[in-house]
Amino acid sequence: MPEHAPDNPRRDFLRKTLTLIPVVTVASTGLGVGASQLLAAPQHAPKVPATPPAGHYQPTFFTAEEWAFLQAAVARIIPADELGPGALEAGAAEFIDRQMNTPYATGAQWYMQGPFNADAAPELGYQLQLSPQQIYRLGIAAVDDWCKANSGHVFAAQDSATRDRILAKVEAGELVFDALPAKLFFSLLVQNTREGFFCDPVHGGNKGMVGWTQIGFPGARADFMDWVERNEPYPFPAVSIRGERA
Amino acid sequence: MANVLKKVDAVIVGFGWAGAIMAKELTEAGLQVVALERGPMQDTYPEGSYPQVIDELTYSVRKKLFVDVSKETVTIRHSVNDVALPNRQLGAFLPGKGVGGAGLHWSGVHFRVDPIELRMRSHYEERYGKAFIPEDMTIQDFGVTYQELEPYFDFAEKVFGTSGQAWTVNGTVVGAGKGGNPYAADRSSPFPLPAQKNVVSAKLFEKAATSLGYKPYNLPSANTSGPYTNPYGAQMGPCNFCGFCSGYVCYMYSKASPNVNILPALRQVPNFELRANAHVLRVNLDDSKRNATGVTYIDAQGREVEQPADLVILAAFQFNNVRLMLLSGIGKPYDPVKNEGVVGRNFAYQNMGTVKAFFDKDTYTNNFIGAGGNGIAIDDFNADNFDHGPYGFVGGSPMWVNQAGSRPIAGIANPPGTPAWGSAWKKATADYYTHQVSMDAHGAHQSYRGNYLDLDPTYRDAFGQPLLRMTFDWQENDIKMNQFMVDKLSKVAQAMNPKSIAVLGKKVKEHFNTASYQTTHLNGGAIMGTDPKTSALNRYLQSWDVPNVFVPGASAFPQGLGYNPTGLVAALTYWSARAIREQYLKNPGPLVQA
Ligand SMILES: Cc1cc2nc3c(=O)[nH]c(=O)nc-3n(C[C@H](O)[C@H](O)[C@H](O)COP(=O)(O)OP(=O)(O)OC[C@H]3O[C@@H](n4cnc5c(N)ncnc54)[C@H](O)[C@@H]3O)c2cc1C
Ligand code: SF4
Repeated sequence: MPEHAPDNPRRDFLRKTLTLIPVVTVASTGLGVGASQLLAAPQHAPKVPATPPAGHYQPTFFTAEEWAFLQAAVARIIPADELGPGALEAGAAEFIDRQMNTPYATGAQWYMQGPFNADAAPELGYQLQLSPQQIYRLGIAAVDDWCKANSGHVFAAQDSATRDRILAKVEAGELVFDALPAKLFFSLLVQNTREGFFCDPVHGGNKGMVGWTQIGFPGARADFMDWVERNEPYPFPAVSIRGERA
Repeated sequence: MANVLKKVDAVIVGFGWAGAIMAKELTEAGLQVVALERGPMQDTYPEGSYPQVIDELTYSVRKKLFVDVSKETVTIRHSVNDVALPNRQLGAFLPGKGVGGAGLHWSGVHFRVDPIELRMRSHYEERYGKAFIPEDMTIQDFGVTYQELEPYFDFAEKVFGTSGQAWTVNGTVVGAGKGGNPYAADRSSPFPLPAQKNVVSAKLFEKAATSLGYKPYNLPSANTSGPYTNPYGAQMGPCNFCGFCSGYVCYMYSKASPNVNILPALRQVPNFELRANAHVLRVNLDDSKRNATGVTYIDAQGREVEQPADLVILAAFQFNNVRLMLLSGIGKPYDPVKNEGVVGRNFAYQNMGTVKAFFDKDTYTNNFIGAGGNGIAIDDFNADNFDHGPYGFVGGSPMWVNQAGSRPIAGIANPPGTPAWGSAWKKATADYYTHQVSMDAHGAHQSYRGNYLDLDPTYRDAFGQPLLRMTFDWQENDIKMNQFMVDKLSKVAQAMNPKSIAVLGKKVKEHFNTASYQTTHLNGGAIMGTDPKTSALNRYLQSWDVPNVFVPGASAFPQGLGYNPTGLVAALTYWSARAIREQYLKNPGPLVQA
């Protein structure tokens, strides 16, 4: 979240959930909890996880302006609220920047031979020439240009409620951009934000496994022999590929 | 100039289920066999090792194990009047690309076939009359019966280590009250392993289906319910419902795959060689065009290599088999206008409907728990187990809860009307992720005159060869059946007393959507049959036109099945291999006179 933003949902969130924090600490500090405690009364997942410490990640693909947009957008797509941290706190922006340096981001995993037919029926799937890198570059510029023309400020400088209204217009295709379809940009942004919220932390998102914890997904446990037939909450906190415990 | 290698007895194109079974059978017969696989070597280690395989982003979202469409894809159009466009991103189906094929990342629902579906046209004509079948519907008989295939179904289950509950064994009922399927065809022996346990979602489905008078049964799964050693000496450990099954390599050696169940045995015989990173371009024919001389492929370094062989097996997956036949000039290409030719005809798929039920927080369905082949099903509306007369459509549908494990990036489903983002989305996701049941009507799909495969005139693959073109759309019969099935399934969902349900069925005039996943159960295009005018292969999967080419795979199905296809693919491959071993090798030539 850019510090100059008119409001700061994370601070807001911390303030609102301050009283919850001691409970959260007990429930989510896997390492400090003995096995007997874990096996005792089943916890009623999902839990409210603590906010992971802010990182100091420096983007390598996004420019400073794009980076501000991205952080301001992911913070609204999956916001921090009473359930726990949102995509920004989970590191989704960092995740997306890192993904921009993989073959996925250049469209190298897609069939990209022409001719292209941009007017194809949606049932024929993606038919544009744009790669994810280009979709971000063009999409962010288009939204920021629209915001500047309308209010004199870029997207990241708007308050949360205004950002929500703008994103809703992008989602609905109400904003028409010359560079690319607004809906295309929005769906990529939502998809990648969810990925950054729910991926294994090895990919740079879902820090502290906060995404998993809020919905009750146990991550890389992947062994449920004794839980198959039980209609009860699964009591163990998430683990990650690197062995962290939520 | 191609580098010409020493001739072998048999060359197999593709090393998935069909290729691995053929390789095992033909090496047992003493042949020198080379299998060529376009993709890399892959196996439980390292591709499936814990914990790195428990990575949703890398495997199912970024599609680590699936075909690389940047190199080779298909084009799709809805009718002959449209211009086909390439399938630029994987969507509706997810074929494999390396050793094991889709058999390494499949789910493992392991069925046989409903016997009437092998004689689809005859059966419908007998029961409902010729006029019941729509004029443009091109369903046919396979030319082989369930009784003929039974020993091969039985053996394939033993190779796969399949878990399940028989209904009858040699005519004696053994499965009543134990999870057997009263509609299942008779078997010569029980499943090699007992049925797996059932997840809460499946038990909810069982209860609801029973309350409506249906007859629920345990899905037969190629996920092990206990330790197992197959007839080839391959060992499997019990499945732990890890939930990373469909789209993943099994880290537990519990999901049957060519890699776990067949390759270890092949590695021990000197007359077998597996060459990975060998992309076959075409089958070479001699001047008579009635005899294959081998295949030409591109190796990992990009060199063109010719592998001569006496016998060529195309086991490259349904649509790749059809494409290789078209690229090589084996059989006459199908022309939908003249209704002539055989290669490309009867291309069919699956006709899915899905219903999701959402529950209060006191029902814990824990959807991250699951195994790909596991679940509870009903066959009350499958095949011809009910009178189709009043409804006016052809085809049936098993229905089930098959909880393969749903993960948070791609597996989130929320009640209808939930926004796609923001706090409301987040709250719904937290409320419902572990409190929902997803169920499917896994409908059979019929073949039609207008749904077919040929070569695309415009788009090419990385090697400069034309892509395969699919001309495909849903027909009136498909929509009618889908709506009927989804309605029945919704009633089962409602009988579970959920808070709400979401219904995903097909609408009238709906077009095939290439972007949304359905199944990788594609059929036809190089179909088997009894008449060379309407089939590319005879009943032993042998090309009518080039008798030293055999083509195992779902490409041989004249129409789609209600069940998942791999059980029938495997049985037909064993059946074909047996014919090669016992008849063809003694006297190479056509096994059926045209
Ligand atoms: C996610 C998923 C889940 C599934 N679940 C089920 C299920 O539960 N039950 C069921 O019955 N079926 C299921 N299937 C379908 C099942 O995987 C296929 O029916 C089965 O793998 C088909 O076997 P095959 O040998 O014909 O093809 P494949 O297993 O696909 O093998 C074909 C091989 O040929 C290779 N090849 C292709 N072209 C060339 C070439 N030019 N040169 C060299 N090699 C080539 C491919 O790379 C591939 O390895 C599932 C499929 C998917 C993708
Ligand atoms: S669910 Fe079972 S069969 Fe499937 S990958 Fe996990 S352990 Fe293997």
